[in-house]
Amino acid sequence: MKIHEYQAKNIFSDYGIPVPKGNVVFTVNEASKVAENLGSFPVVVKAQIHAGGRGKGGGVKLAHTRDDVETLSAQILGMKLVTHQTGPEGQAVGKLLIEQGLDIRREMYLGIVPDRSSADIVIMASVDGGMDIEEVADKTPDRIVKVHVDPLGGLQPYHGRQIAYSLELPDDAVKPFMVLLSSLYKLFMDLDCSLVEINPLILTGSNTLVALDAKMDFDDNALYRHPEIRELRDETEEAPLEVEASKYHLNYISLDGNIGNIVNGAGLAMATMDIIKLAGANPANFLDVGGGATSEMVENAFRILLKDEKVKGILINIFGGILRCDVFADGVVRAARNTGIHIPVVVRMEGTNVEKGRQILADSGLNLETAADLKDAAKKIAAIIKN
Amino acid sequence: MSIYVDKNTRLLVQGMTGREGTFHTLQCRAYGTNVVAGVTPGKGGLTHEDIPVFNTVKDARKKTEANASMIFVPPPFAADAIMEAVDAGIELVVCITEGIPVLDMMRVKKYMAGKRSRLIGPNCPGVITPGQCKIGIMPGPMHKPGGPAGVVSRSGTLTYEVVHQLSAQNIGQTTCVGIGGDPVNGTQFVDVLEAFQNDPDTQGIVMVGEIGGNAEEQAAEFIKKHVTKPVVGFIAGLTAPPGRRMGHAGAIISGSSGTGQAKLSALRDNGVTVCENLGELGEICKHVFGK
Repeated sequence: MKIHEYQAKNIFSDYGIPVPKGNVVFTVNEASKVAENLGSFPVVVKAQIHAGGRGKGGGVKLAHTRDDVETLSAQILGMKLVTHQTGPEGQAVGKLLIEQGLDIRREMYLGIVPDRSSADIVIMASVDGGMDIEEVADKTPDRIVKVHVDPLGGLQPYHGRQIAYSLELPDDAVKPFMVLLSSLYKLFMDLDCSLVEINPLILTGSNTLVALDAKMDFDDNALYRHPEIRELRDETEEAPLEVEASKYHLNYISLDGNIGNIVNGAGLAMATMDIIKLAGANPANFLDVGGGATSEMVENAFRILLKDEKVKGILINIFGGILRCDVFADGVVRAARNTGIHIPVVVRMEGTNVEKGRQILADSGLNLETAADLKDAAKKIAAIIKN
Repeated sequence: MSIYVDKNTRLLVQGMTGREGTFHTLQCRAYGTNVVAGVTPGKGGLTHEDIPVFNTVKDARKKTEANASMIFVPPPFAADAIMEAVDAGIELVVCITEGIPVLDMMRVKKYMAGKRSRLIGPNCPGVITPGQCKIGIMPGPMHKPGGPAGVVSRSGTLTYEVVHQLSAQNIGQTTCVGIGGDPVNGTQFVDVLEAFQNDPDTQGIVMVGEIGGNAEEQAAEFIKKHVTKPVVGFIAGLTAPPGRRMGHAGAIISGSSGTGQAKLSALRDNGVTVCENLGELGEICKHVFGK
């Protein structure tokens, strides 16, 4: 789960990590008031959306007067901000962070991620802050320092020293950096983060360290033990159909194509998307109904696909294991009756109770095309596209 | 021959008395697995479906000489259950549970370093040696005993699809191992590849990967150096967009790493026959393993 910069900065503050003074606002009026309360100019007007690359997209501006704040806030609030992470349709800006502008001497990068193959926590740092870190990693990998921390042993002072000295910090900033890093590590572990990133971490003219930006992602599987973090979810940042699907415990991701698909199991769902592509069409979604799907879940899956206007045909691919084919077929028939399916549907089923399931579909009198196997299913999908 | 499990495996089930635990324990027993014990704290001394239940894995192991465990414990308690089984000296621990927090699994992984136990999973369908022993949630009847193919996969239902196609082509399986779709898991592709390479009855290997991480790339390198048997590879998620988690916690392309195309080339460059269309996997295996 992702949260906004202002939310992450509030958490940073709770952990004693220095962030610029500021506040989140929803209107131009509020923006103006917050700027006034900050007491001095310049202030920074920052669009609050989950995607990165906001600065390049025109969502982060420096304001030198109160008029500036009002003009820029009016400009950014409500705009569709397009960045390399939002896709061409962009993301509507509904809130701004108004912050004090600081005297920046140096910009650095500091991030913490779990490393899947070594099962270590990895701290990454670079003297090249304020840039896309993927790009730094790509072009100048030697300018990124990585320190592995064993999660059982925890962060040790020497880890901090390794990073502090690699960042070439002035002497009076080394100790504050160690304190900042250990707070950041503690926050990462306490809250089950999957990413914590400060880009840039700045050194001010008076050699003070400040987190100018803050990014935090959380492990969805651990949210059960952090109800206060779950509260921070902003559904307006997610595609409406994805929000609806998550309410039904469906694993759904909306994509650009026009062939909808309903599959059980994430791996098989990905492979099914690939088959649609190989057949010359494009998948409209990823949808995994899961291993223990009920007929209600199948019905809800249908409803969601039918709400997507791009969808011109649906491929259902079910390998019955725990989810038996007859239970699934019941769900399909009920969904078809209740939703009035108006587009072609190809059903491919295999596995537990497949004969019963096929019989239920055949007896339903519905206009469903059944496929003998995956190759056949792909052929039938290709035919839909041609018509 | 086979790897990891056979007719001598003595299985205990952690979380056996729950709804899912009960259902799948009975399915495993019906398939022929020797289920010797269940573990549910607080229910020790009872019997459930004629299987003795113990409070701790240690007790169960002492009384029944169980050498493998299947875990159905809910996510908040699953890491503890794995470590309990490892501490009791259970040789093979198969964790079916889906949704264990990543930090929990990292601690488990570090805890297991240097211990004798093998962990398969979590978030996996389990392991089956057709005709002998099934530990997991896969449908048993579609498997065909006797080899010559070994199957290793990161996925659940996708593995069933692969096995179904193999059996339809009259290609039996020595053992099928689902290593799970989580970012941090126990047994890796390379572990299973090594075991198949050393198993005389396995004459060919099917490896099913997906986007995310670099386990497939590591496997490809291992195959080049250490595997002389023919390997057929498939990668799910070639059309998946970067930055979106495709159901499995581990299936996400981040930046330039973990893409399906990179994995396909790594496999191809290291001598693996790559199948790009899942619909053709069975035929390709027939062709490659038939030589």
